Amino acid sequence: MSSLSRDEVAKLAALARIEMTEAELLELSSQFGMILDAVARVQEVDLSGVKATSHPQPLENVARPDVVAPSLSPEAALSGAPAQEESRFQVPQILGEAE
Amino acid sequence: MIHATAAEMAKALAAKEISSVDLTKAHLDRIAEVDSQVKAFLHVDADGALAQAQAVDEKIASGQTLSPLAGVPLALKDVLTQQGVPTTAGSKILQGWRPPYDSTVVAKLKAAGVVIVGKTNMDEFAMGSSTENSGYGPTFNPWDLSRTPGGSSGGSAAAVSAYEAPIAIGSDTGGSIRQPAALTGIVGVRPTYGAVSRFGLIAYSSSLDQAGPFGRTVLDTALLHEIISGHDPKDATSISAPVPAVVHAARNGDVKGVKIGVIKQLQGEGYQKGVQARFDESLQTLASLGAEIVEVDCPSFEYALAAYYLIAPSECSSNLARFDAMRYGLRTGDGQGASAESVMSKTRDAGFGREVKRRIILGTYALSSGYYDAYYGSAQKIRTLIIQDYAKAFTQADVLVSPTAPTTAYKIGEKVDDPMAMYLGDVATIPVNLAGICGMSLPAGLADEDNLPVGFQIMAPAMQDQRLYQVGAALEAALNSKWGGPLLAKAPALGGVK
Repeated sequence: MSSLSRDEVAKLAALARIEMTEAELLELSSQFGMILDAVARVQEVDLSGVKATSHPQPLENVARPDVVAPSLSPEAALSGAPAQEESRFQVPQILGEAE
Repeated sequence: MIHATAAEMAKALAAKEISSVDLTKAHLDRIAEVDSQVKAFLHVDADGALAQAQAVDEKIASGQTLSPLAGVPLALKDVLTQQGVPTTAGSKILQGWRPPYDSTVVAKLKAAGVVIVGKTNMDEFAMGSSTENSGYGPTFNPWDLSRTPGGSSGGSAAAVSAYEAPIAIGSDTGGSIRQPAALTGIVGVRPTYGAVSRFGLIAYSSSLDQAGPFGRTVLDTALLHEIISGHDPKDATSISAPVPAVVHAARNGDVKGVKIGVIKQLQGEGYQKGVQARFDESLQTLASLGAEIVEVDCPSFEYALAAYYLIAPSECSSNLARFDAMRYGLRTGDGQGASAESVMSKTRDAGFGREVKRRIILGTYALSSGYYDAYYGSAQKIRTLIIQDYAKAFTQADVLVSPTAPTTAYKIGEKVDDPMAMYLGDVATIPVNLAGICGMSLPAGLADEDNLPVGFQIMAPAMQDQRLYQVGAALEAALNSKWGGPLLAKAPALGGVK
């Protein structure tokens, strides 16, 4: 039986940039063992010599012709922004106070 | 007027017997009448739809030859962007967002004169099988309002089943078109991966996602399939090849001499008795029409569900990183010197629902160093084995078949706290997505134990989508003649709860 502790879930949530509540962390931790057991069935099969498939189509280096085409105006691109300034996306502080 | 097929509506429009404005108004009236019960729509765009209908009427009046579905109303799954119209993918993180551009599917619908009446409810980011994971509340099955319509395209399926629109667009990552089609008694097709552009389709799992059509008949579904298909330079995975002749096939249903392979692993144990019974009867019907039935063995399918629930969450954990509170959508926790990282983390907690978080965390785990080979890597190899199973099976049969879902529609709330029970509902549809091939679900009758619709699934090799329609049309004609009309005619009047 697999399991994932509350602290392990918290670490994954931090990596995924989701600030979960204590209740959410505990709920996920309690469900994870069952889900991991189910998906771990992929390890029951002898996969030696089997190639991995990342994609159903054998495509390589798809590119369109390098010609100028219309694209979104700055106004349209910014139309959904939570905050903007001088035709740019305005974001919260990226560097810490001391930096 | 609303009970006609899309093909009949288009014919009446072209003959000027009805106008698109009147047809659209009739559907808007129907939505106003029943959608408080069904809750298929997240947004109804009455003004936009009537303007589009007016434009089509003017073109018809001036004698222009239009597309086979010009002027016909359609319901659009809220996972596809439509310029200026609220698009949420069922998530609170996108509440109020109005996309600045049309998805390619929407651009093609507009060019064909199809009238988009509104955006339909769905499991958040298409993650779910019951539409209960929507951030805006569930959709209810028109056959029985205490049950789910399936998912994730439950809103689109319910809209078509409840005569709120004759046709609809859904998306299918693990069965999200075929399974709700089965549970609401209509036709749904997941086209070959790459046949329909993913540009403007909000991504869940990029190597599995594919938009596709719903209809109340095989022909209506084919007409819509043809309109939305074709190569798109804006989608690098779009197939550059002629669209399969799906409409021709739908008009010429025939199974004489067609070899139909029954997949041993997708029937029997775990399938509801009434589901298995209707499936077996449909097979007998196909045999009586001259098809040759063979059994095929796909041993790796036993591991398809496990592989899917590693691959899809892994891809989603990467795809949903774009919801960062910076460029569009929700932003919370801003101000007082809060860092970008803190704003991002607070926003993602507030904006994402339980199932989305569950899958992002599972994907983050499966992709983390130390576990990558054991989980994601193994799942990718299982995917190869499933492709090989299909390749072998298609040397023995022209199409493969199974029940679409192991059960009929279940009660709202029944599985919502048990993720694994919910995931099992996708067991018969997922292999198609992993292999990138095409599949159809069409009505096979009602299960004896609950009088709810059962779906019959047909699968064909990549870019052989016309085979689905050729076999589907033959089965539909035979079953309708046996039932004395389409299955949907047996649906109770809305308002009933069993």
